[in-house]
Amino acid sequence: MADVLPVEAASAGVSGGRGRKWRLAAWLLGRSFSSRLGLALVVLVVGLALAGPWIVPYPDDVAGAVNLARKLQPPSAAHWFGTDEVGNDILTRVIVGARLSLLVGIGIMLAAAGIGVPLGILAGMSSGRLRETIMRLTDMFLSVPGLVLAIAIVAALGPGIGNAMVALVLVWWPGYVRLAEAKALSIREEPYIEAARVAGASRLRILWRHVLPNSLSPLIVKMSMDIGQAILAVASLGFIGLGAKPPTPEWGAMIAIARGYLPEWWWYALFPGLAIYLSVLGFNLLGDGLRDILDPRSHRG
Amino acid sequence: MLIYVIRRIGLAALMLFGLVCITFTIANVAPSDPAALAAGPDASRSQIEQARRDYGLDKPLPEQFLRYVSDLAQGRFGRSVATGRDVGTDLARYFPATLELCVLAMLTGVLVGLPLGMLSALHKDGPIDHVTRIFAVSGIALPPFWFGLLLQLLIATWLGWLPTSGRLSVVTEPPDPITGLLLLDALLRGQGGIFVEGLTYMILPALVLSFPCLASILRVNRSEMVEALRADYVVSARAHGVTPWRIVAVHALKNAMLPTLAIIGLRWGWMMSSTVLVETVFDWPGIGLYAVSSAISGDFKPVMGVTMIVGVNFMIANLLVDLLYGVLDPRLRSA
Amino acid sequence: MTTLLEIADYRLAFDTFDGTHHVLDGIDLRLDAGETLGVVGETGCGKSVLARSLLQLNPSPPARVVSGAIRFRGEDLLRLEEAALRRLRGRAIAMVFQDPASYLNPLLAVATQMEDAIRGQDSAAGGRPRPRRAARALAAELLSAVGLPEPQRLLASHPHQLSGGMRQRVLIAMALAGEPALLVADEPTTALDVTVQAQVLALIDGLVRARGLALMLISHDLGVVSASCARVAVMYAGTVVEEAPTPELIARPLHPYAQGLIAAVPDLGRPEAKPRGMPGSIPSLLHPPSGCRFHPRCPLASERCRVEKPLRRTLLPGRSVACHHATP
Repeated sequence: MADVLPVEAASAGVSGGRGRKWRLAAWLLGRSFSSRLGLALVVLVVGLALAGPWIVPYPDDVAGAVNLARKLQPPSAAHWFGTDEVGNDILTRVIVGARLSLLVGIGIMLAAAGIGVPLGILAGMSSGRLRETIMRLTDMFLSVPGLVLAIAIVAALGPGIGNAMVALVLVWWPGYVRLAEAKALSIREEPYIEAARVAGASRLRILWRHVLPNSLSPLIVKMSMDIGQAILAVASLGFIGLGAKPPTPEWGAMIAIARGYLPEWWWYALFPGLAIYLSVLGFNLLGDGLRDILDPRSHRG
Repeated sequence: MLIYVIRRIGLAALMLFGLVCITFTIANVAPSDPAALAAGPDASRSQIEQARRDYGLDKPLPEQFLRYVSDLAQGRFGRSVATGRDVGTDLARYFPATLELCVLAMLTGVLVGLPLGMLSALHKDGPIDHVTRIFAVSGIALPPFWFGLLLQLLIATWLGWLPTSGRLSVVTEPPDPITGLLLLDALLRGQGGIFVEGLTYMILPALVLSFPCLASILRVNRSEMVEALRADYVVSARAHGVTPWRIVAVHALKNAMLPTLAIIGLRWGWMMSSTVLVETVFDWPGIGLYAVSSAISGDFKPVMGVTMIVGVNFMIANLLVDLLYGVLDPRLRSA
Repeated sequence: MTTLLEIADYRLAFDTFDGTHHVLDGIDLRLDAGETLGVVGETGCGKSVLARSLLQLNPSPPARVVSGAIRFRGEDLLRLEEAALRRLRGRAIAMVFQDPASYLNPLLAVATQMEDAIRGQDSAAGGRPRPRRAARALAAELLSAVGLPEPQRLLASHPHQLSGGMRQRVLIAMALAGEPALLVADEPTTALDVTVQAQVLALIDGLVRARGLALMLISHDLGVVSASCARVAVMYAGTVVEEAPTPELIARPLHPYAQGLIAAVPDLGRPEAKPRGMPGSIPSLLHPPSGCRFHPRCPLASERCRVEKPLRRTLLPGRSVACHHATP
């Protein structure tokens, strides 16, 4: 449709530049209600994770103090989210859980990207046996859907939050290989890479100067989404008893115990789940918003 | 077309080989002592050594691999250390329940997700679009296990509209198995009452299972429809006076269906894998619950069996999608 | 001759993040029944947007009609409802597009696409759409009419199995389905090989003559337009700067931009006369130049050109020019 909107081509040359890019990004982000919501939720989760231990109403409950006198109390002014079966304040444990979930989510994402992106770019830029090896290895990991593969790995390594993270990283990196490889492949065909190569730029320089910056947009979007999905996956493993073990304040593990106190003490399961939902929602909405900004295809209309 | 089909089947076979490799690696290479893993958590030293000999774990890896492949080819998945039962038999017993649940969930996902995606695309940036987008992101962000618990609490416990968990009430005698699919068996045996009862037990778990799938289908279909509706061929179809309904339902949708099909194939595998959560919440006697209860008690063979089954399902779904692509896209047929 | 199409002071803007792009700035054009008009100009001058305006195919937003009228047989298209426009599309005004590869649906057989167009015309005419079999028969006839052999085999094939020239013929055949009075061809040969270009142009020529169609041919290539059109309008940055009978424009362009455009065309017959490029490039439509939009590139530009937008005046019978300095 390039011929329909000649104005875009004409305007790009006139008012390009850094200032416009940032203003455009801010405009696109602010225009969409869901992007604003996503950003707000992410800021909230990150804020709670950073300030957690200092702002919780009952710091003693973080490590899991036992106070049976006030166990399983419904939400009240003193305990906004109620208390659990050993009398810990649920609000406190949910807030402290934010740090764990966020760290684990970011950690899994960074490790997966750290393995996957270099391999993917390498595969995309090279050819022959190296490329084949990397991609077949990737396909192998992609032949089983993530959660089941993660459970199998945890079953082999033994339960626990550390092994759960290892398993999730092993499940997650192939996605980054695929993305980076596809990006590198498509960029390799671009005329300006050809030009750079003809001009005698080294392979490393081409990688650094051209391929990486051009792969960045979809990577950032995927990273944002994946932090959310990793938080969800860790909570899932925690829920089925293969992840974090109580009394670690992990949201999924909390729900696993709370499940035994349903339906009477419903608030126990409600609030940790709400925390998972809102964090994952935030990172997904933010990812969507970033895609709108970074993907030039969605600028039209 | 024939070449295309053969190539796709070849790719599926390659994927199957990858699956065998990875399960073998997890079972025999990754753990510090595979024999201890195979023998179970409570095994004594002599039992572990027994397992080492029984499973040939003292042999070199290539030989172990060949033996593993030949076992799988004969449908031998090993024995559960907890129950002593054959894992293959267990899988055959539990898989139909999971299959039934997933089919219902997938039908829900497609039948609701597709129209909503189209609707959203047609009202792009309108109020309907905003509502469906938030709804769709929620589907991906909601923890299935928590969502399941909430539905149990609200609809089963408080409102009492549907049963809480299980596949049938404990007093109901299930129909004699023909296919193992309870709903189908009830129909085949002419037991309408059991069919209805089975359905009421399935609604909540199927709903929870279908939500992420529905959401993905909605999202992909929406963005592909938006893309297709502003494609050049739609502009020319409008210019030539093709009726709007026909443009949306045939000209644009057919193009949007290709990526949507791909996500349906992927989601089939993901759905099977998230049965580990949903079946745990709803006490649904399928392979997901089987995998989780085995994994927690350190019973390794059943977990690998479930991994294998889910992987094969995933592979078959992707193969079917690839073949459907060939039917839909004439460019692939002649390639 | 009756006036078929009249575009009066038509202004169209595109609203984007950067602001308002004034894409079409007061277009005045007239076309009689059976007449042929060429529209030439550089890429980005707004000629394709103008073509799509005739069928109201510009996506809105961002497109916004600022003012003016596009009257077809006296009825203003800009005031019509979508349903009424639909009755017009293909039946009154039909369109042929630039790149036949992307304007045919890759997943549908040629038969399906043509039948849909034919049946769409039937329901636009207010009747029940004819059965598919009858539509297919008409499709085969139309394909023969555009010079395609073996129409039955062609109908069963998919677009990727056809050559570029064949695809364009299929699109032309589809455009004929509603027996339109006006054919708008937007760069119909640009994406084709040179040898095929001539065939497609000859085909359009023949159809226009045989069916008494009016033709609006849009192209960046003066050669293409001069072969098929009796009259030419030269567009620059959203305005028509000169309109004249084709031979007269080519022999003696009056607007400085038209002069530059013609000087830039290489003459195969006289290779010693080197084509001359024009200095500068097309202006931003976001902040168009004041006064005459061509003044920054114009060798004759004066203070008046910077301030006052020149109106198109008739200098000779049938010739009008929008330039302060042009003389007959």
